[in-house]
Amino acid sequence: MNRIFHTFLLLIGLTVMLQSAVWNSPHQSGEAKKNILFAAFSLPPKRLDPVISYSANEWAFIGQIYEPPLQYNYLKRPYTLEPLTLTQMPIVHYLDANHTEVDENSSRVAYTAYKLILKKHIRYQNHPAFVKDKKGRLFYGRLDEEALSSIDSLADFKKQATRTLKAEDYAYAIKRMAVRQNHSPVLDTMMAYIVGLKSFSKHISHIAREKEKKGEILDLRSYHIKGVKVLDDRTLVITIKGRYPQFLYWLSMNFFAPVPWEADLFYQQKGLMAKNITLNWYPVGTGAYYLAQNDPNRVIRLKANPNFHKEYYPVLSDGEAKAAGISSALRRDAGKKLPFINEVIYSLEKENIPLWNKFLQGYYDASGISSEAFDQAVQISSSGTMGLSDTMRKKGIVLKSSVQPSIFYMAFNMVDPVVGGYSESAKKLRQAISIAQDEEEYISIFLNERGIPAQGPIPPGIFGCEPGEAGTNKVVYDWINGKRVRKPLSVAKKLLAEAGYPDGISLKTGKQLKLFYDSTATGPDDRALMDWRRKQFAKLGIQLVIRATDYNRFQAKIRKGKTQLFSWGWNADYPDPENFLFLLYGGNASVDTNGAGINSANYKNPEFDKLFNEIKTMKNTPERLEKIQKMLNIAREDAPWVWGFHPKSLALSQAWFGNVEPNAMANNTLKYKKINAALRVKKQQEWNQPVILPLILLFVSVILLGWLLYRAYSSRQKTVILREEK
Amino acid sequence: MTITLLWTDMMVWLLVAALAVWGWILSRSPQIRKQWHSIFKSGIAMASAIVLLFYLFFALLDSVHMRFTVETHPGGGETSKSIHYEGDMVSLLDLLFKHTLSHTERTYSAPFATHEYAKSIVVDKNNVSRQVYLPLKYVHVPKGESVAGDIVKKSLFALFAGLLVSLLLIAVHLALKGRGTFVSKLNVLRRGETALPWRTAYVTFTLMLMTFVWMYLLSYHYHVLGTDKVGGDVFYQSVKSIRTGVLIGILTTLVMLPVSITLGISAGFFGGRIDDVIQYIYTTLNSIPGVLLIAGAVLVTQVMMDNHPQWFETTLERSDLRLLFLILILGMTSWTGLCRLLRAETLKISRVEFVTAARAFGVSKWKIIFRHIMPNLMHIILISVVLDFSALVLAEAVLSYVGVGVDPTMYSWGNMINQARLEMAREPMVWWSLFSAFIFMFILVLAANLFSDRVQTVLDPRNEE
Amino acid sequence: MLAYIIRRLLYAVPILIGVNLITFMLFFMINTPDDMARAQLGAKQTTPQMIEAWKVEKGYDKPLFFNPEASGIEKIEDTLFMQESLKLFAFDFGVSDANRDIAEDIKERMGPSLAIALPTFFIALVTNISLALLLVLFRGSALDMGMMVIAVMIMSVSGLFYIIAGQVLFSKIWHWVPISGYEPGWGAVKFVILPVLIGVFAGLGAGMRWYRSIFLEQVNQDYVRTARAKGLSEIAVLFKHVLKNGMLPILTGIVVVIPSLFMGSLIMESFFGIPGLGSYTIDAINAQDFAIVKAMVFLGSVLYIAGLILTDISYTLFDPRVKLS
Repeated sequence: MNRIFHTFLLLIGLTVMLQSAVWNSPHQSGEAKKNILFAAFSLPPKRLDPVISYSANEWAFIGQIYEPPLQYNYLKRPYTLEPLTLTQMPIVHYLDANHTEVDENSSRVAYTAYKLILKKHIRYQNHPAFVKDKKGRLFYGRLDEEALSSIDSLADFKKQATRTLKAEDYAYAIKRMAVRQNHSPVLDTMMAYIVGLKSFSKHISHIAREKEKKGEILDLRSYHIKGVKVLDDRTLVITIKGRYPQFLYWLSMNFFAPVPWEADLFYQQKGLMAKNITLNWYPVGTGAYYLAQNDPNRVIRLKANPNFHKEYYPVLSDGEAKAAGISSALRRDAGKKLPFINEVIYSLEKENIPLWNKFLQGYYDASGISSEAFDQAVQISSSGTMGLSDTMRKKGIVLKSSVQPSIFYMAFNMVDPVVGGYSESAKKLRQAISIAQDEEEYISIFLNERGIPAQGPIPPGIFGCEPGEAGTNKVVYDWINGKRVRKPLSVAKKLLAEAGYPDGISLKTGKQLKLFYDSTATGPDDRALMDWRRKQFAKLGIQLVIRATDYNRFQAKIRKGKTQLFSWGWNADYPDPENFLFLLYGGNASVDTNGAGINSANYKNPEFDKLFNEIKTMKNTPERLEKIQKMLNIAREDAPWVWGFHPKSLALSQAWFGNVEPNAMANNTLKYKKINAALRVKKQQEWNQPVILPLILLFVSVILLGWLLYRAYSSRQKTVILREEK
Repeated sequence: MTITLLWTDMMVWLLVAALAVWGWILSRSPQIRKQWHSIFKSGIAMASAIVLLFYLFFALLDSVHMRFTVETHPGGGETSKSIHYEGDMVSLLDLLFKHTLSHTERTYSAPFATHEYAKSIVVDKNNVSRQVYLPLKYVHVPKGESVAGDIVKKSLFALFAGLLVSLLLIAVHLALKGRGTFVSKLNVLRRGETALPWRTAYVTFTLMLMTFVWMYLLSYHYHVLGTDKVGGDVFYQSVKSIRTGVLIGILTTLVMLPVSITLGISAGFFGGRIDDVIQYIYTTLNSIPGVLLIAGAVLVTQVMMDNHPQWFETTLERSDLRLLFLILILGMTSWTGLCRLLRAETLKISRVEFVTAARAFGVSKWKIIFRHIMPNLMHIILISVVLDFSALVLAEAVLSYVGVGVDPTMYSWGNMINQARLEMAREPMVWWSLFSAFIFMFILVLAANLFSDRVQTVLDPRNEE
Repeated sequence: MLAYIIRRLLYAVPILIGVNLITFMLFFMINTPDDMARAQLGAKQTTPQMIEAWKVEKGYDKPLFFNPEASGIEKIEDTLFMQESLKLFAFDFGVSDANRDIAEDIKERMGPSLAIALPTFFIALVTNISLALLLVLFRGSALDMGMMVIAVMIMSVSGLFYIIAGQVLFSKIWHWVPISGYEPGWGAVKFVILPVLIGVFAGLGAGMRWYRSIFLEQVNQDYVRTARAKGLSEIAVLFKHVLKNGMLPILTGIVVVIPSLFMGSLIMESFFGIPGLGSYTIDAINAQDFAIVKAMVFLGSVLYIAGLILTDISYTLFDPRVKLS
């Protein structure tokens, strides 16, 4: 018994000792008190190559590392472009067919030239590719077996160097984009605009193929695109066909970020590829951060770039701040040098549940809100706005919400014989279905109110989306007492009867109308969703058959126009209505373009298309607004889409995480953010005290059990002996 | 209304018929009768068998599907003579649970709750929005009655009804079984002196029936196991899942048996080239990691189904076909183990003297196989069938988690568990889906395990002492 | 002995070819190269030109089994199947669709997989054997019966429940260990402790029963009775005779699973965020990365065959009655 008592004392002593520490931190000890941001990624980036990456999970990294010429102002709303590596916004010249300058409004405009002038003294991160020998060749350009054997990551190269950013690096990036083998997703789009890119792409892709066969390295410096001219080290001119004001937006995307030729040549070495050391995995940029560790299976680490150029936290005037709804806390650091955080550790979290739990334990500094966690996090205040629940507020967590420049819609295939077509009855059928889809209920059940019902393709915050009655879809909604109210089901039923399907029974065949809905919903949470969708059609007496398939096959089907109904979404590339309206432009119809077109509903309305071509190159004038409204009304009447909803993103951040403001367009926002590490350590300890009691109980019961067993054994031994003696 | 049989329905009834025939044939052999008798001598085996029969009953009830005709439209009534069907098929079980289907709430509610689990925004007359717990649409407590009081009152009635029904059925069984007066049989039973432990069986039966009747009757007034995210009744879902679990358990063995028996015996009996080829096939199949093989095959069938949407008219048919494919695939990937056992045993038996003698006398090979080899393999087959059953029920859950299980629109415990993972992360936790799936599955698998234990003890020749 | 091993190894070759054929057929039936290209190139705006270029680069533009355009032996050699399987036999797994070297990835991910699989295996071995011995010691008593009932109950619960319950209890409520994650080196302990414990517990029922039946068989042997008659204590009898003689069936029973430990556990790894080979496989299935799936299937088969050979060898080493020929 004495022994047990001693161990018990020891255990208590141990408990007291451990009381100050936390047991469940998923991070290495001591890191919490450094100026490090802890973030998570749910999907490992497939590639971090600026000319290829085209998804949010890759931009999250690449945006911090590479610097395209322009960026979005972090705080200003509506979204405003500003120079990033340039001294000023690009200087625009309009040219006629003979390349002589003409007035902006001239009808002879055949080309537009953008002149980009770089800031001085922008330098790349330190990297072995920049180390050169006396003749100016790459020092690490010809690695042999022996040299390679000691190398497992970039850090194993003893020498590292940097160099100044030059205009030719931007040209080099565009040339890389042109090489078909690099699979740049914007190449086909850009070919339509950048002068000479199409022929260059064909030429260079051929050369690249030949070189690859021979095992040679491709150096793009000696090839030139007609429309991309390097005037001197700091000046670049890009010429595009016709007028395309949206081109400036493209210049803020990673596809136009500089790629130094040294890096391209360095990474083409076969020996490095076998060690997973490629441009895909180890980007080289001028940005505020550089990639220090890339283990996409577990952790990705960014560190502040010591060579980062002088950039300062944006300064807003009081008027601008008020217009954008920016609080004073966000303006406190105005004019201070960026970046604030030294290091970011992204850990792989494939699933929502552990991510959310760790956020609540204080081990992640920011989190989204999954729908499961919603009730716990958010409450609706009496004024109807969303606010944090008491438990969250007590923890000091901050909520930021913003409507995303995205739309999720359900489309009708307009070439389908039943739901498609432009006859009056087909139109009415679509309108009836549109009214019956209770998007408000959808948002309430599946999104926890995190979305707003769409009135057309253009989301709020983007030019062309009007508030109030003017922006209401009168086909589906009524405007009653200053509110949008979905039309009653009776209207839908009436429309359906007029379309030739009273109560869902076809007048022609006498059979119940049966529609096919393609979805990619195969997950655990999707059955409810499909049930709901079926219910919406059952309200009209229509039977909905759901064909669930994987995303690949879904895409293939849509490309070939082999669907009736399907749900899809679109995320803005840039904040311009053209980027949404082109989803309905007849020239982009999937079936006509062998699947390359983005108009997957195959909607074609000549009047709509005519107006689209007009607004495409216009500036945001009242005239453009009027035309856009006209287009929206045409589309609403034709109802090729059920307009679905625009998702709202809610982001939570811990009390110690500062300068957080959602910006749906900018990808390089990390440099503005701030951490208060001391507060973090304190709170983590407060929230994660291990519950010791069960451990003690367990210990005691194990000892008790052992003692009982021992007694049982002794008595058994005796009986056995007795039995044997008999 | 017409009765329609799905593919799996047909297989189940075929299996039931086959079992009946097999049972009848076997019952004529006194030795096998004795074996079964000794299996059921154990009270645990008896109780497990009752539980298993209960599950089987629900699975069968859910395997009779029918479609109701739509009333003809008054407008087009005269012109159209063809019959229209309602969208989806329903089974007998669905008819039994019609009320829960119509009592679909809006979202989560806890077992026996009267209000929703989470608060919702309500805008009152003064245009002020508040967060309140909305009352459930289909749960009404009578006026002047507390919730607990109402539940107790209704429970007592339900339990009593369950007891009554059960006693009635037992009495009928007792009266029909064996000889002697009813009272004398009752006395023997009470003292537990029956040859088989009927007392245990009756007690188990009563308990099961009372529990079910209690839950069923209360499901008219409450959601006894709560509701899920879109307000579906969890009790209904759990009962519907029985069919999926039981079917995967028994039909897979049905698919697997012919393959492994044919190949196993041929390999062991004929030897030589045939043996080499069969051994090669099963070693190859065995060496591929199981989940990968199943995942691959399931994906292939899915592609096939995606390319032929005309094969099925309703979603039920679609999910049924997927279940069928899953069963076929599981059968095709799991025959190797039994095949190997049978091969070894056949090899052993063919070396036994009477077989070699029969061969020498020129008895035909088929006769040898059916007369001498098959009967001596029966115990291995039977043991493996009962052992596989519980493993397959458990495997369904794991496969659904990996995403290659049954169709997500199908009710199954695997799908319930999968969904429950998201629910457990909520605060407060939504525990009842996981709990229901756990209990329903646990009871089935436990019963199967206990029963298979007994079968093994009795049939395994090594245990004869 | 050596000749025997060599013969067994040669026998493995046709099996591996068969395995390759099966995986190849399965995956190219599901995934046309077009599908793979689309999945790899990302979802937004993939043009037919891009798909074509990708297929040429990956060599997926060749015919599946037979190339009518080539001449002579190349008719068979210049096909997708040959191109994909020949390299495997040299353990050259090639490059994944995300442009990473697969062999390198497998090497990296084996560590975390073993960090869970090995402790689970050994702790389970020791726990199961000790509990089984305990039960044999108290055989026929209420303890024995009770534990056997508990064992059946443990077996009757789906492993998913243990994982979900374990995570909620130990990580979410009691704050004992991190919910999920991994780090190399000794830091891994806090991450693997829960999955290992859950793994051990989930296998307790079946394990305990199996070892108990093995030991019970020994207990009834004559030599054990004699030993007991000589007055040896029960514990001494258990350890000196029962355990020692039970070792042979135990050893031959577990040797077969040792190589497969390298493959990791699909479910455990994905629940606990362990970057091992199990989660690698699941991710590859979901991402339709044929190269990785093929490599993993091949590796799995090789390890399985290795297990079989090891079993045979352990028979000869420990059981003098068996002679390999």
